[in-house]
Amino acid sequence: MHQLTIADMVSGLRNREFSSVELTQHFLKRIQALDPQLNSFITVTEEAALAAAQAADTRIAAGDAPALCGIPVAHKDIFCTEGVRTSCGSKMLDNFAPPYNAKVIDGFNAAGSVMLGKTNMDEFAMGSSNESSFYGPTKNPWDTNCVPGGSSGGSAAAVAALLAPGATATDTGGSIRQPASLCGITGIKPTYGRVSRWGMIAFASSLDQGGAMARTAEDAALLLNVMAGPDGRDSTCLDKPAEDFTRNLHESLRGLRIGIPKEYFSEGLDPQTEACVRAALAEYEKLGATLVEISLPHTHLAVPAYYVIAPSEASANLSRFDGVRYGHRCENPADLRDLYMRSRGEGFGEEVQRRILVGTYALSAGYYDAYYNKAQQVRRLIKNDFVEAYKNVDVIMGPTATSPAFALGAKSKDPVAMYLEDIYTISANLAGLPGMSLPCGMVDGKPVGLQIIGNYLDEARMLNIAHQFQQHTDWHTAVPGMAA
Amino acid sequence: MSVDSSEVTKLAELARIAISDETLQDVTERLGNVLELVDQLQLVDTAGIAPLAHPLDEVQRLRADDVTEQNQREAFQNIAPQVEDGLYLVPKVID
Repeated sequence: MHQLTIADMVSGLRNREFSSVELTQHFLKRIQALDPQLNSFITVTEEAALAAAQAADTRIAAGDAPALCGIPVAHKDIFCTEGVRTSCGSKMLDNFAPPYNAKVIDGFNAAGSVMLGKTNMDEFAMGSSNESSFYGPTKNPWDTNCVPGGSSGGSAAAVAALLAPGATATDTGGSIRQPASLCGITGIKPTYGRVSRWGMIAFASSLDQGGAMARTAEDAALLLNVMAGPDGRDSTCLDKPAEDFTRNLHESLRGLRIGIPKEYFSEGLDPQTEACVRAALAEYEKLGATLVEISLPHTHLAVPAYYVIAPSEASANLSRFDGVRYGHRCENPADLRDLYMRSRGEGFGEEVQRRILVGTYALSAGYYDAYYNKAQQVRRLIKNDFVEAYKNVDVIMGPTATSPAFALGAKSKDPVAMYLEDIYTISANLAGLPGMSLPCGMVDGKPVGLQIIGNYLDEARMLNIAHQFQQHTDWHTAVPGMAA
Repeated sequence: MSVDSSEVTKLAELARIAISDETLQDVTERLGNVLELVDQLQLVDTAGIAPLAHPLDEVQRLRADDVTEQNQREAFQNIAPQVEDGLYLVPKVID
C-alpha cells in the first residue's frame, strides 16, 4: 500500500479498495518500524491520525469526500498545529503547543487529509543538512551515514522512505529543493506569496515560502492545490485565486524552450552529477524541447546577498523569543536582562545564534547601507538576470545541488561550506521565483536532482514539465533498500 | 571584514544572547568567516540600483478596519512560562 501514489490512494479510497483507517495504520506501523533508523519525525500523532482517518472514512461512505479525504500526510514541524507541539527543531519551542493552526494546516484539514505527525528539520529552518535540529539529525534513507539535506530533511526522508506519501515543507534558500534532490523525491517551492505564511514560524519573511514534497509531480500538484491561495492574515500572500495545479499535466512539451544557465555548470559541480543532469536535458530534447544557453551573470553573488538578507530578517523575527510569553525560559533569572540573555542563549542552538549575530551586525548603526541596503540592491540585479532570461526561454533548468548527499558531520563545523550547498537554489528565493527538484539519476547509489526554475506564477507549467519527464523515465519510482 | 571578540560580545548584548567565555573564540572566528563571505558584495557596483524588498515589488495591502479576531487571552496565557491574574510575570524591573 505504501508504494501507491497519492493519486492512486485517492481513487483507491473512493472505490473502497481500502479504508483510510487501514491506510493510516499501515503508515503508522512503517513509521514505528523504520523511523528509529532515520529520525525523520519529531512527533507522531497516532491517536489523532486514527480519529481523523475514521472521520474520513465516514465522509467517503457518505459520498461527501473533499480532495484529499483520508490521505495521510506529514507536516514539517514549522507549521503551527493546534494543541500539538510545534518545535521548529528548537529547544526554544520544545514545550510549545500552539493555540491555533497554520493556514496550511487548516487547508489540509478542510481537504480531509490525515496528519501522521510532525517532521524533523534544521533548527528554525536554518541549515542544509538537518544536523542543527535539537532533536538530532535525520538520516538519508539511501545511505544512513549521509545527511538528507535541509532544512526540510525530515519531510524529505519520510517521503523517500515511504513513511508518508506526501509532506509539507518550506523553502527560504533551498530547503525544499535541496533535500528533495538528496533524498530522490519531487519537491516544489511555489512563487513567493502563493502559500500563506500565517502560522508558519518565520525565519526570513521576504524569502520564506511553503511548498510540498511527494514522489511524483502529480502528487505534488495535488498537495499544492490545498495549500495555495489568498489569505488576508498574511499581507505578503498574493491576492491570486486558488488554481488547479494539475490542469496542464498532460500537455505536450513540443516547442518548449529550456534555458541552461552556464553559471550552473561551472567549477564546483560534481562531474557525475552533471552527467545525470545533462542526460535529463537530453531526455527533454527527445520530448520536443529546445535547449538554449543563457547567462545569469550575478549568480555568484546570490549566496553573499542571501547571508545578509536572511540573517537580518531572522534577527528581527527571532527577537520575539524572549522567554516571557511562550517557549523556553531559563531557571531563576536574576533580572530581566538575565532572563532574556540566558533564555535565548540556552534556547537557541549554535547556527541560529550565529545568524542572529550576523543579522544584528548587518543592521547595526553605521553598517546598514554597506550590508543590508547593498544586499537588497544586489538582489535586484539577480532578479533582473532572470527577467532578462525569460524574454527568450520558458523555463530554466540545471542541477539542484552540487553533488549527491554528503556524509553526516562533513560540513557541520564549517558554516561557509554548508552555505555554499545552496548555491544553485538561493537565487530563486531572492527573485521570488517558483522552483522544483525532481529525481533524474543516481551516483553511487545516491539520488541526483534536476532543478526547474519557472517564471512567476508558472507552477502549473512547471508541474506539467516535471510530470512529462516522469511519464518517460522511472527515476522517481526508485525506492531505497531500507524502505522496500 | 573580520570581527574581534569584543565586538562579538557587544553584538551578543544587542541580540540578548548569552555567550559563554569558552565558546567566544569559536563564535568570533566563524562569524568572521561569514562576514568575509558576504564582503564579496562590496566589489559590486550598485550605483543607481533600487533596493529590492519584495520580490514581486508588491505593496502592502490595506484592509477594512473590522474586528476579525476573537480575544484568546486565556489560550495564549496557558502556554506562558509564568502568569498571574492575566499578567505575564518577569523579574522586578523598577524598585
